[in-house]
Amino acid sequence: MRDGPWSRVWHGLGQRRGAMAALGLLGLIVAASLAAPFYAAWVGVDPFVSNVAGTTLRHGQVVDLMQPNDNPLHLGLTPLGPDWRIGEAYGLGSDAQGRDVAARVLYGGRNSLLISAAAAILCMMTATAIGLCAGYFGGWVDIVLSRMLDVLWAIPVYLLAISLSIVTVGHGLRLGPVTIGADNLLIPVIIIALVYIPYAARPLRARALSLSRAEFVMVSRGLGASHWRILTREILPNLADTLVVLAPLLMALCLLAESSLSFLSLGVQAPAASWGTIIQDGEGLLYTRPAVAILPGLMIVATVLSLNVLGDALRDTLDPKRRGRS
Amino acid sequence: MPALLMLALLMPGLAAAEPPGVGDHRGGTLHLSAVGSGGTLDPQVNYTSEYINLFATMYDGLTGFRKARGLAGDGIVADLAEALPEPQDGGRTYVFRLRDGIRFSDGRPVTVEDVAASMRRIFRVGSPTAGSFYGAIMGAKACLEHGAECRLEGVVADPSNRTVTFHLTEPDSEFLMKLAFTHASILPADTPDHDLGNDPAPATGPYRIVRYDPQGGIFAERNPYFHVWSQEAQPDGYVDRIEYRFGLTDEAAVTAIANGQVDFLYDPVPLDRLGELGSRYTAQTHIEPHLTVYFAPMNVHIPPFDNLKARQAVAYAINRHAMTILYGGPAIAGPLCSMVPPELPGRMTTCPYTRGASLENPAPEWKAPDLEKARALVRESGTAGQKVTVVVANRSVDKAMGNELRDTLRAIGYEAALRPLQPALMFSYIQNSANNVQISIKDWSSDFPSPSNFLDDLFGCENFHPGSSSSINIPGFCDAPTQALIDRAKTDVTLTDAARNDLWAQVDHCIAGLVPATPVIHKYDVVFVSKRLGNFFYTHNFGLFFSQVWVQ
Repeated sequence: MRDGPWSRVWHGLGQRRGAMAALGLLGLIVAASLAAPFYAAWVGVDPFVSNVAGTTLRHGQVVDLMQPNDNPLHLGLTPLGPDWRIGEAYGLGSDAQGRDVAARVLYGGRNSLLISAAAAILCMMTATAIGLCAGYFGGWVDIVLSRMLDVLWAIPVYLLAISLSIVTVGHGLRLGPVTIGADNLLIPVIIIALVYIPYAARPLRARALSLSRAEFVMVSRGLGASHWRILTREILPNLADTLVVLAPLLMALCLLAESSLSFLSLGVQAPAASWGTIIQDGEGLLYTRPAVAILPGLMIVATVLSLNVLGDALRDTLDPKRRGRS
Repeated sequence: MPALLMLALLMPGLAAAEPPGVGDHRGGTLHLSAVGSGGTLDPQVNYTSEYINLFATMYDGLTGFRKARGLAGDGIVADLAEALPEPQDGGRTYVFRLRDGIRFSDGRPVTVEDVAASMRRIFRVGSPTAGSFYGAIMGAKACLEHGAECRLEGVVADPSNRTVTFHLTEPDSEFLMKLAFTHASILPADTPDHDLGNDPAPATGPYRIVRYDPQGGIFAERNPYFHVWSQEAQPDGYVDRIEYRFGLTDEAAVTAIANGQVDFLYDPVPLDRLGELGSRYTAQTHIEPHLTVYFAPMNVHIPPFDNLKARQAVAYAINRHAMTILYGGPAIAGPLCSMVPPELPGRMTTCPYTRGASLENPAPEWKAPDLEKARALVRESGTAGQKVTVVVANRSVDKAMGNELRDTLRAIGYEAALRPLQPALMFSYIQNSANNVQISIKDWSSDFPSPSNFLDDLFGCENFHPGSSSSINIPGFCDAPTQALIDRAKTDVTLTDAARNDLWAQVDHCIAGLVPATPVIHKYDVVFVSKRLGNFFYTHNFGLFFSQVWVQ
């Protein structure tokens, strides 16, 4: 009996310990991020409201969130540091605005993961449509679409993303009758998806091109099947392997792009948080509370690493040339 | 007798100007740093303390502030004028006699025609203080309306006697102080009647600008034609060159000072570095009193702050304790209820916008924000749910305060967002009513030690110029009864100091009632300098006085 792609994926991944560990870690990060509102409610903090004059309980005592410095000039105050008791308010300390770092990192994860996943899906959908048309129809359709992708790919990804973000960050995005507000998460989703379309569309076009000349496609044509039927019933299902391999790698790239844009104040807009904005918040505390910047940085590293390991494992699993070697 | 002592006896002027031993410190380059440029190099237009402090070592007026530390630095002395004139005609006429032998940095002598032309130029270039500081000069009214055709009949130059006579339409008790401000700097008569932008004007002081790159920095060297004519008005400088570089973040600049690569940082020290300064660099850290307030101007012409209740709501809601923390703590800042800093007389000494208080029943001091009252006022105003954008300078402290204000506005019912802008751009941006800035947070330092600097400058009708980036009345506020009090406090020369201060306190109270802006905090200056910087010389009006510090 012939294995379907999904059963091959699960079977292949199951044989790779690294991939399973990456999947587990990714699952943990996603679950923790999704639980952010429950965590904030549980420990009783609002991670989106400045609270520099606030207090919290630590070891049964009321302490200020901004601690006076013990120096001869009595200069400055430092945010409350971590005591590493996860599950208690301010267990990972406070940021410079008196907000709970742990809750913000979890909420930041929600936005970072949501944007990167949505951008990857939008990018793959668009890239699939472009790749299918270019590869299947060939001729001038292929020439026009491929040159457009070449032009887009010739512009450095981050430069393009920053340029588009600068244009939209002040006034939002107007698409015909629809206006998207400057602080709407859809804006970074659309921009990040757009800049990575060539990255995904080129391999999909190549695959579609080779499939369009395959025997079973020729047979369908000979039987009088419409272009739409051939594209959706014959070629698209056979792109699934490529899409499955691309998905985690693309999401990792989107996550890095989102974090970079947010770090530059061009992605997620305050008071909403993403891991990039939290690193920016922590930049001003590197000397006194480095954990504020390091924690979201570690989350980005762990997520991107997991996605890359997963992507590599999927490629090895689904690649017919490598399949026999595993 | 040692030769040096002999020389000192023969040249007493030289000995007075330069105490024994200080000549050893001449030379070297003073390295200054700021996050961004301060904008135009025109001394009659620029209104940022970033450049005014530098211009004070380059340009001179007929009068000047005494270059002395502490309170002594508030005194007025004759600068390009030979002496301070006695007011005549009931305070309506001042006759200055110009010093002889002073040259601009291009070698041309300073003449009385230069003085008269410089006074006209204040109006022709639309100086931000043209109305508030120099509006009492005869002919100023027409000049304010038609700047390009300004003749300013009230300033009369007499080359034969080297005198310049000022005729005022009404007495101005602070006129000599206003002439000491950099907007009244004397420039050559042929200086173009437009903002000089990136081109420096010839200087009279010990330094002149030789190169300017708004992205890179200001580079100044000694003025070859400078000589000391008054040690207390414009002393000679120690360093040979001043390099004022832009682009380092405030964090990076603090590190650079600690490493000895930079001598001084213009911007506020970031909050997370203050503790380090207070523990590791105590000898290099100076806490200096400074007549400065942080305040939140609200545009009274556009929603939601065209509604008095909405403005009062903000005044009640602002957490001044939090703002104090964000500036660096109670050792260097404190909650402020008056638009005049506590170091000055002529201010409201009570606090109407705090928990449990009102304008009619004010508290003795600020206690806590009253969010419930603020929310109720927002509901009553019918402005709840409106979008509000807070504009701040893109500096650590200002951004942190902006975040706090944004969250406060959200807490009382607005849909608030924060918009940080480059510091140089931000100041002119919030002044221009065409930009429709609703609310911002800005620090404001005195140009001279008087309540008028805070009450008349920031809220006087004559200082609102719609559509202009030189409109220092940022809220666009103009209230006839308040203006009448301001005018009387400025012009009535029969008032005693106490009576004048009472009038200013009444003005402060009127402004508190209509809330075109809400005071936030008063502060001290935290000045962090390099280890090599010697003779730390801090004045009330110009901060660290660059010509009087040495680096070798």
